[in-house]
Amino acid sequence: MNLTLILFIVLAAVAVASAAGLLVSRNTVYAALFLVLNFATVAVFYLLLGAPFIALAQVTIYAGAIMVLFLFVIMLLGSEKLPRGQALPWQRPMAIVLAAVLLAEAGFLLFQRLQLTASLANPEASVNTTETLRTLGMTLFNQYLLPFEVTSVLLLVAMVGVIVLTKKEKGEQG
Amino acid sequence: MAQTIPLSYYLAISAVLFAMGALGVLIRRNPLIIFMSVELMLNAANLAFVAFARSFGVLTGQIFVFFVMTVSAAEVAVGLALIIIIFRNKHSIDVDLMNSLKG
Repeated sequence: MNLTLILFIVLAAVAVASAAGLLVSRNTVYAALFLVLNFATVAVFYLLLGAPFIALAQVTIYAGAIMVLFLFVIMLLGSEKLPRGQALPWQRPMAIVLAAVLLAEAGFLLFQRLQLTASLANPEASVNTTETLRTLGMTLFNQYLLPFEVTSVLLLVAMVGVIVLTKKEKGEQG
Repeated sequence: MAQTIPLSYYLAISAVLFAMGALGVLIRRNPLIIFMSVELMLNAANLAFVAFARSFGVLTGQIFVFFVMTVSAAEVAVGLALIIIIFRNKHSIDVDLMNSLKG
């Protein structure tokens, strides 16, 4: 049992526990904070996998921008504690059974169809992060230049769309 | 440096997180939490992308994660705007009330 494996197990436990907290918490703000914790642990997974750029993008974009947007909307709507409507009686057991089926399918694919016993390749190759980042940038701006530009158009469309959607009509109340 | 963690461990944690996200979409009735569960599923898929990228020694998986992140940022912005509009019209955001197409 080496140090990396202990770190992995602790991180996995934190990730699963925070996801469970997201599922069961009644207060929406707590759920959002559990999700921030989950994103942070996944960012450390990315660091363990030798992807520092993705790890930092995860922290800034997900745990920073997206979750701040979530918290902003939660507090704007005042929906930290919503009144609970009457639940469908079969909804929860049905959902748990379906999620268990999904997990079993994923586990079957993982451990039966793919032979994934091999360790991750060449850990030393990713230690030189400057070289990795340079390769990543060259790949992004050469081979994937068109998707990158399309992404910028997508973000622009989303921004304009959000402004149009939430703009109040003239004379509209509330 | 000691031995590294097998790829299957990362894929297992990714599968567990994805299943928990799907479970959250199915059992919760607050659209904000449903949305957060969708983000959890996207994140699990990203983890699998990065694990496979590392395993095969190529960077394409990391590029895809980058694109998934930007698309999910756009998706979150539009989705939260929709939730705000629904709240403005119905003064509640229970998903059971979203059953008519006309405001």
